[in-house]
Amino acid sequence: MGAGHHHRLYRPGDSVVHRLPPQCKLLAVLAFAVVVVATPRERFWAFAGYAVLLMAVAAVARVPAAYVLRRMAIELPFVVFAFLIPIIGMGERTTVLGVSLSVPGLWAAWNILAKATLGVIASVLLAATTEPRAILVGAQRLRLPSLLVQIAMFMLRYLDVIVDEMRRMRVARESRGFEARDFRQVPVIARSAGALFIRSYERGERVHLAMLSRGYSGQMPIIQDMSASVKQWGAALALPAVALAVLGLAL
Amino acid sequence: MTPVNSLEVEQLAYAYPDGTQALFGVDLSIARGERVALLGPNGAGKTTLVMHLNGILTAGHGSVTVAGTPVRKDTLKEIRQRVGLVFQDPDDQLFMPTVRDDVAFGPANAGLRGEELDRVVKDALDRVGMLAAADRPPHHLSFGQRRRVAVATVLAMAPEILVLDEPSSNLDPAARRELAEILRSLEVTVLMVTHDLPYAMELCERALILSGGVIAADGPTRELLSDADLLAAHRLELPYGFAIPAV
Repeated sequence: MGAGHHHRLYRPGDSVVHRLPPQCKLLAVLAFAVVVVATPRERFWAFAGYAVLLMAVAAVARVPAAYVLRRMAIELPFVVFAFLIPIIGMGERTTVLGVSLSVPGLWAAWNILAKATLGVIASVLLAATTEPRAILVGAQRLRLPSLLVQIAMFMLRYLDVIVDEMRRMRVARESRGFEARDFRQVPVIARSAGALFIRSYERGERVHLAMLSRGYSGQMPIIQDMSASVKQWGAALALPAVALAVLGLAL
Repeated sequence: MTPVNSLEVEQLAYAYPDGTQALFGVDLSIARGERVALLGPNGAGKTTLVMHLNGILTAGHGSVTVAGTPVRKDTLKEIRQRVGLVFQDPDDQLFMPTVRDDVAFGPANAGLRGEELDRVVKDALDRVGMLAAADRPPHHLSFGQRRRVAVATVLAMAPEILVLDEPSSNLDPAARRELAEILRSLEVTVLMVTHDLPYAMELCERALILSGGVIAADGPTRELLSDADLLAAHRLELPYGFAIPAV
């Protein structure tokens, strides 16, 4: 199962970025996103600067550009939305290649595209250099609501188990001649989803019993002490700090 | 002074909230170091009894005492550390992202940290032969390996008594034998809930038959399993072709 040992978003490596404690990276990405979002949309140079910064991080982490581009597919629905705004937008209009477009709409689309793209690239880099469970440990260390962190943790652990259960149900359906061809088969799929929900719910109860049996009292115990040194915090927060400097220069 | 028994159950009765009575006065005691099989057909109340042993269900009537400590609301924390429950489906028991974190969960809840925690985790994994898998996620292990890790998660809490629910279910013959070897090597009191009679025979000197919510028989496993009428009366059967080996 060699390759399967890592989450598909994670790209194993041993770079400086990989080795940083997860809480530092999480906070750095968050702060970077805030700086990006706070940048006025007219400051083109600032956005170019941010893009260069992310390229530098990718280079240090040895994450190839092609890899980042593939992962950016998640942004596509937003891109489609951004392209629609200038067409359906109101106000002053201009003509580009024979199509009448709204000027405020164009600005809005640029604003969404530029900021979302930078945010997505930063997140892709975080996911590529940090194992999912480490991200959650980081979130725990940053004192995010423990209930949310625990829910995310269980999702991570049981996703494969539930997907496997789903696969077995599909095999069982198909072994009895079921084929999902068109909308008339939707009720069958819906009932399977219902059964899956109940099974997962019951599993949740059993897992809770297992947790209680081992002394769970509402809080996840801290198993790995992943405290970060001042130097590590400094390295991670250099990203938003430089971004802030870029913003300062552009203003 | 008589030595304290690992487990003492007296006149335990329980009815589920919907009114179904599952246990009708169970009496049993297990001495320290014994390995005992709890046999019974499906629906005999085995799981209900097990749920009482670490206080997940609380007795409607009667009492459960673990190493001298009664199971009560105020002793739950201590009881759960002393009674190690191994569930039937290891996926229910292994809920942490890696094997190491999972084994550490119990001791960490008990307050262990750092090197001491590390040592306890390593020791428990070593006892079930799974030390090499410490950093792997549980869902990438085979079923037999997952069950062994499940045993380790409980061993890490240094329990007074290990309670196994159908330990041999879904195991292939080799995994079954490996688990038997591990269980035999542990120096801990074991209560094994099963309807796998040969496995009970292999591992436990003594057996109890739970049937209809009461203990119907208590004696050496060999004797109980040789009594075809007794087994038949409680919906238990030896598998085809199996004979009690001569002493």
